[in-house]
Formats: sequence, structure tokens, C-alpha cells
Amino acid sequence: MNWTWFHKLGSPKWFYEISGRWLPWLAWAAAILVSVGVVWGLAFAPEDYQQGNSFRIIYIHVPAAFLAQSVYVMLAVAGVVGLVWKMKLADVALQQAAPIGAWMTFIALLTGAVWGKPTWGAWWVWDARLTSMLILLFLYFGVIALGQAISNRDSAAKACAVLAIVGVVNIPIIKYSVEWWNTLHQPATFKVTEKPAMPMEMWLPLLVMVLGFYCFFAAVLLMRMRLDVLRRESRASWVKSEIKSLVGKSA
Amino acid sequence: MNFSSFADFVAMGNHGVYVWTSYGISLAVLILNVALPILARRRYLQDEARRLRREELK
Repeated sequence: MNWTWFHKLGSPKWFYEISGRWLPWLAWAAAILVSVGVVWGLAFAPEDYQQGNSFRIIYIHVPAAFLAQSVYVMLAVAGVVGLVWKMKLADVALQQAAPIGAWMTFIALLTGAVWGKPTWGAWWVWDARLTSMLILLFLYFGVIALGQAISNRDSAAKACAVLAIVGVVNIPIIKYSVEWWNTLHQPATFKVTEKPAMPMEMWLPLLVMVLGFYCFFAAVLLMRMRLDVLRRESRASWVKSEIKSLVGKSA
Repeated sequence: MNFSSFADFVAMGNHGVYVWTSYGISLAVLILNVALPILARRRYLQDEARRLRREELK
């Protein structure tokens, strides 16, 4: 396998250029997929025979919950890369992905609560799945707070990386919580090995939404990382000329 | 189309409040996640350009 792309990631300038080329594509893909998914899920998917129309909340609840967990795994991977290869960009990715992950966890918890009311008769229950997701939200808050509390950038990067790696133990707990314990929460919607339990007309819009949310995350992450790279490299000559050309265009 | 009228679509079979609050708040959060970095970037570029101009004058 060719690893030059990995070594190039060590150069913030290379990242800034390549991400600038990818960003519009990801943004358009996210906008189109999410719009199609929302209209499909809200207006065209058939209603659930038990839950009626309240099940339509699934089209934001599941993609957000998916992303909340994937982003945390990404933080841990970035943490390992940062600790092992001392790559500065890994810390940029970790710091900038954490707030997006926290917002996704917030959406998953909130839509879950709103969905729980008509379905279970309660906004919140101390069920294994719900509680482990709440812990995930606090882990995100921990990473964000730690990154802002330590002023030395290298120490902050190390501390956040360690916290992200230790916290990743929560992810399998979230995933298997619906199997290990008797939970009110229903089991997984997406399974790699089995056919989905939902009919296709319900499942396809969900797939579109999940893909849309991943593109959304990638686009927002690149936007945030590009700004952070400009901030951190503000003394480099390529950043100075980039800022001048950007401001010259808008002024 | 799963609904016969627009009123049906809004009502969501008595679950309208739940469905629309979920979608509304989530949409607001998504917009916030896009808008805040764009505004931060614009402000940063302006501040930084001003700083660079000052440095050149010295």
C-alpha cells in the first residue's frame, strides 16, 4: 500500500489545499442527500403499523446517533495518530470534531426524548442505551473543556488524546446495551449481516439520511479544521498570502 | 405520497407536535453548526488582514 498520503497529512499547507477542493463536493452532497432524505422520510415513507407517524423521527434520530458514536471513534483514532506519530493535524481534527459530535449526541438524545413521549409514555427512562448515550455527551464535554482549559497546545493535545482513547470503551457499551440488558430501547436498525427488519420503503430514506449526515459532518469538520489551521499557522508565509487574497476578494 | 392532504401532513396523525419539534430543533442545530464556523472564519480573516496591514506599515 502507498502511504505517501499519510505523510503528506503532516503538512498543513497540503491539507488546506486538498480540503478546499473537497469541501464544495461534500457540502453539495450533504445538502442534496439530507433534503431528499427529509422529504422522502416525512412525506413518502409509509407509516408504522404500531407507532403511526411518530416513527418518522427515526430519520434524524438514527443518523445523529450513528454519527455521535462514529465521531467519538474518530476522536480516539485521531488521538492515537497524534500520540504515536506526533502529527499536529490529528489534534486539529480531534479538537474540531468534538463539538460536532457533542451536537449530534444532543440531537440524538433530544429526538429520542421527544419520540419516547408518545411511544413509551415518558420523556426519559434510565435505560442502558439512554444512559450510555448521556455518558457519551459528558465525554464530549470533557474533551472540549480539557482542550480549552490547557493553554499549552502540546499538553492539551496529549491530554485530549488520552481522554478520547480511554473514553472509547463507552462505544461498545452503547452498541451492545440493547443486547446485554433488557432495555426499553429497540435493537439496532442497521445490521451488516442480516436483512433490515424494516420494509425497504422505510429503510432506503434512512440510508440516504445516514449518508447525508456523514457528508454533513465531513463538510463541517473540514470548514472548522481549515480555520483552525489558518489560526495555528498564522506566522507561515503561505497563510499570510492566503488571507490577503481571501480578504482582497471580498473587499 | 403517504398523505391525502396538506392538513393531514401537518397533523401527522396526532403526532404532529412530536415530529415537527424534533425536525425543527434538529434543523436549527444543523444550521447553527454551519453558520458559526462561517461567521468565525469571516471575522478571523478580517482581523488577521488588519493585523497584517499594520505590520507592513511599521
